[in-house]
This record gives sequence, C-alpha cells and structure tokens, in this order.
Amino acid sequence: MYAFTYQRPTSLADAAAAIQAEEAKLLGGGQTLLPTLKQRLARPTDLIDLGAIPELKGIREADGGLEIGAFTRHAEVAHSDLVKRVIPALASLAEGIGDRQVRNMGTMGGSIANADPSADYPSAAVALKASVTTDRRTIAGDDFFTGMFETALEPGEIVKSVRFSRPDKAAYAKFRNPASRYAIVGVFVAKFGAEVRVAVTGAAGSVFRATAFETALAADFRAEALNGLSVEADGLNADIHASADYRAHLVTVMAKRAVEAAG
Amino acid sequence: MANPNGIGASVRRREDQRFLTGRGNYTDDFKRPNMTHAVHVRSPYAHARILGIDFADAAAMPGVVAVLTGADMEADKVGSLPCGWQIHSKDGSPMKEPPHHPLARDRVRYVGDAVAVVIAETREQARDAAEMVVVDYEELPAVGSSTRAIAGGAPLVHDDAPDNVCYDWHLGDKAAVDTAFANAAHVAKIDLVNQRLVPNAMEPRAAMGEYDQSSGEYTLTTTSQNPHVTRLLMGAFVLGIPEHKLRVVAPDVGGGFGSKIFHYGEEAVVTWAARKVGRPVKWTADRSESFLTDAHGRDHVSHAELAMDADGNFLALRVSTLANLGAYLSTFAPSIPTYLYATLLAGQYKTPAIYAEVKAVFTNTAPVDAYRGAGRPEACYLIERIVDVAAGVMGMDKTEIRRRNFVPKEAMPYQTPVALQYDTGDFAKNLDIALPLVDYPGFQQRRAESKARGKLRGIGFATYIEACGIAPSNVAGALGARAGLYECAEVRFHPTGSVTVFTGAHSHGQGHETTFAQIVAERFGIPIENVEIVHGDTNKIPFGMGTYGSRSLAVGGSALVKAMDKVERKAKKIAAHMLEAAETDIEVKDGRFTVAGTDKSLGIGDIALQAYVPHNFPLDELEPGLDEQAFYDPKNFTYPNGCHVCELEIDPDTGVTTIVSFAAVDDFGNVINPLIVEGQVHGGLVQGIGQALYENCVYDEDSGQLVTGSYMDYCMPRADDVPSFTVRYHEDQPCTHNPLGVKGCGEAGTIGAAAAVMNAVVDALSDYGVTHMDMPATPEKVWRTIRDAAPAMAAE
Ligand SMILES: Cc1cc2nc3c(=O)[nH]c(=O)nc-3n(C[C@H](O)[C@H](O)[C@H](O)COP(=O)(O)OP(=O)(O)OC[C@H]3O[C@@H](n4cnc5c(N)ncnc54)[C@H](O)[C@@H]3O)c2cc1C
Repeated sequence: MYAFTYQRPTSLADAAAAIQAEEAKLLGGGQTLLPTLKQRLARPTDLIDLGAIPELKGIREADGGLEIGAFTRHAEVAHSDLVKRVIPALASLAEGIGDRQVRNMGTMGGSIANADPSADYPSAAVALKASVTTDRRTIAGDDFFTGMFETALEPGEIVKSVRFSRPDKAAYAKFRNPASRYAIVGVFVAKFGAEVRVAVTGAAGSVFRATAFETALAADFRAEALNGLSVEADGLNADIHASADYRAHLVTVMAKRAVEAAG
Repeated sequence: MANPNGIGASVRRREDQRFLTGRGNYTDDFKRPNMTHAVHVRSPYAHARILGIDFADAAAMPGVVAVLTGADMEADKVGSLPCGWQIHSKDGSPMKEPPHHPLARDRVRYVGDAVAVVIAETREQARDAAEMVVVDYEELPAVGSSTRAIAGGAPLVHDDAPDNVCYDWHLGDKAAVDTAFANAAHVAKIDLVNQRLVPNAMEPRAAMGEYDQSSGEYTLTTTSQNPHVTRLLMGAFVLGIPEHKLRVVAPDVGGGFGSKIFHYGEEAVVTWAARKVGRPVKWTADRSESFLTDAHGRDHVSHAELAMDADGNFLALRVSTLANLGAYLSTFAPSIPTYLYATLLAGQYKTPAIYAEVKAVFTNTAPVDAYRGAGRPEACYLIERIVDVAAGVMGMDKTEIRRRNFVPKEAMPYQTPVALQYDTGDFAKNLDIALPLVDYPGFQQRRAESKARGKLRGIGFATYIEACGIAPSNVAGALGARAGLYECAEVRFHPTGSVTVFTGAHSHGQGHETTFAQIVAERFGIPIENVEIVHGDTNKIPFGMGTYGSRSLAVGGSALVKAMDKVERKAKKIAAHMLEAAETDIEVKDGRFTVAGTDKSLGIGDIALQAYVPHNFPLDELEPGLDEQAFYDPKNFTYPNGCHVCELEIDPDTGVTTIVSFAAVDDFGNVINPLIVEGQVHGGLVQGIGQALYENCVYDEDSGQLVTGSYMDYCMPRADDVPSFTVRYHEDQPCTHNPLGVKGCGEAGTIGAAAAVMNAVVDALSDYGVTHMDMPATPEKVWRTIRDAAPAMAAE
C-alpha cells in the first residue's frame, strides 16, 4: 500500500466534509478497496472509514419493506430475524456472498457503490424496486447501476441506506464462480401482485432485467413458463470461468431455480 | 507393556499446539537488529531483452540502502543456480542446461523473472523504490506452452537449446513393445493433458540472509524442505561459500508440497546482499510473487496406447509425453518427468513391455519441478485413464480388467519392465477392501435413482503404486542424480535420561516431531515428553537430504533406527560393565537391560547417567557418553500402493460435479501414527480432487502472461467442496528392506485421487459417448460436453 491518512468520522456530515478532499476514498468493509490498495492499484490520500457513523447502521422495517443502513455487514443481513421475516430471499442472498470472512466485513453500501458486475446485491436492488438514499438525494434502484463498476453516484456522494420493497414471493439463485465465489450468474426473481421482476447479475457488464422472462412469469409463475426462453449470449461477459453462451444458458437455469425456490 | 505413545498410537501432533496458537516461528517472524528488507524488481514480460536498468531515482528514495542488479552479481562472480539432476537424451547427449542467474543479466524469460533487488529500511520503502526502477526492455516473442515450444518456427527461449528441447529421453524396450502391438487383439488409445498446477503453500517463500563480518560466517534462514541441500548448492555453486562458513536454517515452514525443495535465486540474493550492505536482509514473497515464481507442477501432454490380447490381458504400453520445464531448470526438474514418471508406468499391472518417450522443453513460463507426487500422479493418471478406456474397448467391468492384470502378490518381488523392483504389495486385497466400502454392487441402483432426479452418477476407480523413500544413492547416481539420497540421524541421550534426536528430514506439516518421538519412546520405553526432535538447521544436524518424495520415515526413520541400534549397543556395554556381566548376557527389552536369567537390570535412564558420570569406566574399552549418529542409504525405493474409489453426481443443467463419496484404501506398510497418516491422506486427496475439478494454471499462449495469478481465478478446493473421506489401510505388506517396514504416505492421496475423480466423471458421462475429458472438469467443460454430445437432451 501507499501511505494514506486514515480518518474515522463519527457523523455523516463529517464524512461528507472529509470526502471532499481530493483523492480521498470512502472505506466500507474494505473487501474490495483494501486488496486494490495492497496491489498498489490505487493511491488515495485519505481513507474515510464509514464504520463509526451511527446514521449508516441498522436494519429497519419501512413502508412494509426494509431499510438497511449502508454500513450493514453482509453477515448482519444474513442473520437478521427481521430480514428473514420480511424478505427472506435477501437474507439468503447475503448468506451466499463470498465466504465467512468477506461476509463479516463487506457492507451493503460498499457493495452497491462498487457495482461489481458479478456482485449479488445489485440484483436484489433492481428486483426489489429498491431506492438508494444518499447524503444528497434518493436514487431509484432502477437508475442506480449505470454500467460496469459505474453508478449514478456523484463524486464524494455517500450511500446512506437502501430501501427494499417487500415482494409477495421472491428468491435468488446463484451460480457461483468456484474460485472467487462471486456470481457467474445470479438471478433474483420477485413477484409483486401481478408484476414480476427478474434481475440478472454476473452475466453482463451490469445488472439487467430479463423482460421476456418477466412477461412469461407474470402470466404463469412457474419454472415451466420459462421453457424455451433465453437471453441473448451476444454481449454477455466471457472469461476463463464461463463463456458468454454458457452464461446465457445459466440465466435460464438459475431463473427457473429461483422461481421454484420462490414457490 | 505397550507404550501409550509408541508405534501405532494415534498421538496428537505435538507441534500443533504452537501452530494453532500462533506461536510458530516462521522465517518472516525472525527479526534482527538493523535488518533491511528486500523487494525484487520482476519482469512484466514473458520474454524480453534487458537494454538497460536505470535506478538512479530508486536509489535516491527514502530509506533505500542499495539497489543491486545482475551486473553486480556478475562482477562478484556469483554463479548460476545449479541443477541437481542430469538427464541424457536418446542419442546420448546430455540435456541442455542453460544458465539460471538469480538476477537476470541480459534477458528475462518469464513473467516474474527477477532483474534487480531493492534493499531498504522497511518493506514498503523497498516496494516504493522498486517501482521507481526503470528497466528498458525490448520485448521478444514468447513461447507460452509446451506445444508452442515445439511448433516450427517457435522463438527460442535459450539460444543454445535448439527447438526449445532440453532433452529427448526414452525408457524401455521399444522393439518388444512394437512386437507386442503387432500381435495385439485390441488397442486402447488416449490423448491427455496433465495440466499445470501452482503449489500454493500457505506460507509464502521467504529468506533472510546474515553475514558476520568478524567470523566471516553467513546464515540463511529460509523456507526450505532441505536446508543442507540448499547449503550445498548455494555455497558450492552460486556464492562460493565453504560449508563451515554457511549455516542454513529452515525453521517452522508452512507447507511446501515440493515447491520448497529447490534452491531459489532469492536465497542467494539475500545471502549475497547481506554481506554487500553489511546488514541482515530479509525477503518475503507476497502471494502474487508466489503465483509467479514458485516452481509449478505437472504440465504434461501425452499420448498413450495399450495393447491387449483377446481376453484383455495387457501386452504392452507405449507412451509419448511432452513435458514443460518452464524457462529454466529448477533444482530437480529434469528428474520429474523421467525417473519419477516413466519408471512408474507399469502401475500395479504386469504389463510385460513398456516404452516411454519424454521430450522436455523450455517455455517462457515459471520453472516446473516436483509438486506433491512429482511424476507419479502423472503416471497414475495416464495409466488409470487408459485402463478405463481399455475396459470400454473390451466391454469389461472396470474392476475386472484391473484385477486380471494386477501383479499378483505371489510375484513379489516383481521386476517391472521400467527399471523398478517392487518389494511387496497385495493389490487385489486393496480392491477387496475398497469394494464393500463403496457398495459397488449397489451402484447401478444409485445411478438409476440419480437419473430419476435428473442427475448423472458415476463411479471411478484408480489404483496406484509409487516409488517413495527416494532413493538408493547408487541407483539415483546411475540415473543422473548429482547428490546422494541417504538420511542421517543422531540420538543424544542426556545425563538425566531425556533424548534429543537430530534428523536430516525436515517437517513442514508432516508431524515428525510427533512420529519420530513415538519411535524413540517405543524403543527405549520412555515417555514421549522426554524426546525432542530437532530438524532444519545445518549447524545442528550432521547432514540431511530433507523431506520430499514421502521419504522422511522410510529413510529418515530408518536412519533413526540405526542410530538407536548404536545407542543400544553402547548402552549394553555400559550395562554389562555396571551389572558386572558379560555383554552377551545382557538382554534388552523396552529400554530395560537385564542380565539373562536374573532379576538384575537397569533402565536406560540409569545407563545414560552413568555414561556421563563414568567414574569407574574401563576407559580403554568404554568411552563415556551416549550419543550416536547414523546414516542410512536405502536398498530400494519403497512402494506405497492403494486403491481409490470416487462416486460423484453431475448436474447436467449446469455441469457442476459433486463428489458423493470417496474411499481410499492404502498400503503404507507399517503405520506409526494412524491419525497423522489419515491426515496426510485427507490432504492429499483434496489436492488430487483439486487438480481433477478445480485447479488450473493458465498462461496466455502468445504473451506468456499468467492468467490465473490470484485466488480470484486460480481455484483452490475448499473444505465444503469435498465430502467426508472413508480412509482405510492395511499393514499386511510391510516394506521388506527397511527396519520399520514403512513405505511412506505423504503423496499417496494426491497420486490416486485425480484419476479416480476423472474416471468417475467420464463414467457419469458415458451415456453421452464420452471416453475422456481433460482436467479440470469445470462446470462449463462438462456442460459443453453434454450439450455437444446430445443437443436434444441438453435443450430440454
Ligand atoms: C474473496 C471475496 C469474495 C467475494 N465474493 C462476493 C460475492 O460472492 N458476492 C458479492 O456480491 N460480493 C462479493 N465480494 C465483495 C464484498 O462482498 C463486498 O461487497 C465488496 O468488497 C464491497 O463492499 P465493502 O464494504 O467491502 O466496500 P469497500 O471495499 O470498503 O469499498 C468498495 C467501494 O465502495 C465505496 N464505498 C464504500 N462504502 C460506500 C458508501 N457508503 N457510499 C459510497 N461509496 C462507498 C468505496 O469508496 C470503494 O470505492 C467478495 C469479496 C472478496 C474479497
């Protein structure tokens, strides 16, 4: 690592002020940022640790759904009785992130701000009609993820919390990368009355909705409804672990499994 | 009365207390006053000419003590890293042995090749400065794989190795094999790749050099499996330091799997630099450096053919292998794809004629050398895969074709057509024990039940035999080894009856501190707590060849027994003197020395005390002291063998393979500590499963860049990837030529497991007409195979 100044503000306002410094970086659970620093791929002047800010913590019931503070660890989401009761699919998604060490450190805010194409939470944010509250405004989940590692956040904008709507039924099915355990393909299916959302992560540069799947499932919420449907392989991610056409195939398989799991 | 901590007891590893509580002492834990830190500047290119190195800015960075390059080493007449084994090609010419400088001089030949070292007050300062070293490279075309290396017009890795060939070697009777094939009723054929692996010891390599100006003594503390060999190679060939002025210490070492056998350039760099800068110099690899620069394993491309008669009896085996040695010859690299591989191609079978050709080539990749099993997993995988193919050709049951061709127990000792002579083994018995463990008769029903759930079930067998306990020095010498391969031990009784054992074997996960102490406790009837095992320090141990090739117990343990024999002989003399009896009248049992037919006896403790308080010794006949040393050079290799059975299920929708059960039945000869043996088997099996399903070291063929340079891409097996293992062993066939009757167990799991898993994968896919799949059987590969074989079924 290159040398940097470590700061640990105790209020959102102080953090917002500190992050204005040029080349300052917010530090969540550090699971992405610290490896980057260790490999000397980034050289921030200041690290603003968000871990001591009460406004960023906690899981609450809100508008029938959930509001989860940005500095909530994956393990807290996975083990929360509230999450398990209101949106069990979200708890089980969190339980499937990385490994125990990663879950004990990584945070919701860090995950969505980072917008890794193979991260799990983005699929939940889109499928569960989330809205992201920052220190400046509220951004709809649908508008938040703008590309590979890109979000609607402005420089220095801090994610404060994420609100998820409560679905009638939902499940997340993940095909994990055996090495990193990120999603090669993850499909989050959520049913709200007559509306169905199918959000796909891992397969492309950014999370996307499989609209043909949604239409089919809105008409008939059974795995069989997806028979014969698939997403276009063109433009999907390809790497040594999975080619684009394999990923396209897995989207259908995982979507069916999610529908089955959602019941 | 049996010693509760003697031979055969599952004594918990004494060393684990310190390992598990963070009190181990690893190389990087050592701190010295005034110590400096080294960071290497490494090539980002697989192949390039070094036009110049500008380190003026780096040298001016805060904390920088020195920046040293290959030119400095050349000026100091530092030698090339030597190779410990010489192979001769078919035509009698010696292998090509290009120089391997610790710091590259004019060319770099793989990504990670060291070109300079920065020494600074702190590690971070050294890293900061290393980034400021500007190396002017002229990039050259690279060779990223063995098949590329031999393709026409391939760039040359070394100018003096035409066609990139290091050697083109063969073993066996070609004419006999050709005749057998001409008369064969059936022939099975296979093309396979044994992919390259990264060793991944938990502790990265590290080395600390020290130089004492007043005495002229150097000390190297290093992550080594064999400190004496490092002392010999580095002292005599690289730095020109005589042994009495060079101490090499290998303290606690966190795993090696072969990768820490070799003498690496960084060891020479820190030792040499310590004198240059007049301060201790420490280097510790980070994980990225480990991926790039630890010697890798395997990397074979092979074609094999098996000739059979009308009944499925094996007549002859013909093998042709292309082995990738990487950019330079690592210490034992040439021996791995030859004498540790082709000599094992008989496996457990009485195939009368075998001929193997091995072409070893240079490429612009990290050096390749021994990795757990070292040649033997490659041999086992090839044999057991082709035997399964042969079963298919013959329409025979896979256990039946094996049974039919086993070398029968009665044929022992058995001379194979590829140089080795097996001493003992009952291969049918291994299989007989294994089959009920896995309920083989019930398999078809389980397969049908899986199918009903939409899953594909497969069962795979692998039998293996390995040559361990390397080696009789005379044999090794005749085959090109430039070292002897004995082991030494010293048993020192202290006046109050406790014992320190000095062994030339080195423990880096094997549990010597426990096993060796059990042997001593048993022999002398003393509590295990009274025995201390010392290893890993050239200033304490007479001489040792270290630990690899499952040799510690078979060779080091035998040396220990020899030394104990000498101690006992001496103790007998002392007892005779003390008891005023004739030496021939002294009977020894469990450390008690009794005058035959009387109740006059002494314990070893009494004798030890007398040995050091020799007030009335007849000094002409009896020396004081009870401290004996022995060297043991084995008469033959040892031949652990066994049978592994894997049952697994494949999800055809995703291609994911899940191992349902795995049984390993092994013959390790006599077993000293069943708990440790089982642990060794477990670890080995996971490594073998890792190769079969997960691990793959990938270089870009054109650029020579390492694609799988971190755990994000290089997939290590984890605890939840493997089932609970069923592990059995029998002790019916002890080794006949060493005093403990032991064969070794360190590599067995790795040797058999990959073949068993892949045979099961292919079995699961047999309905799709699949007869072979290269490792690792990744989900996509399996899915694609199914899809391509049966589009209709996959689309469903
Ligand atoms: C081995 C491993 C396996 C993993 N597996 C998975 C997996 O299976 N699935 C998965 O989804 N993820 C996985 N991850 C990622 C991990 O779970 C974290 O979600 C991720 O690293 C980011 O969260 P963090 O809290 O660690 O953020 P950090 O690493 O601290 O920060 C990441 C980025 O987000 C910014 N940031 C942090 N908090 C905020 C905030 N409140 N507002 C604005 N910006 C912010 C930081 O400045 C930085 O740019 C894995 C990581 C590792 C190391």
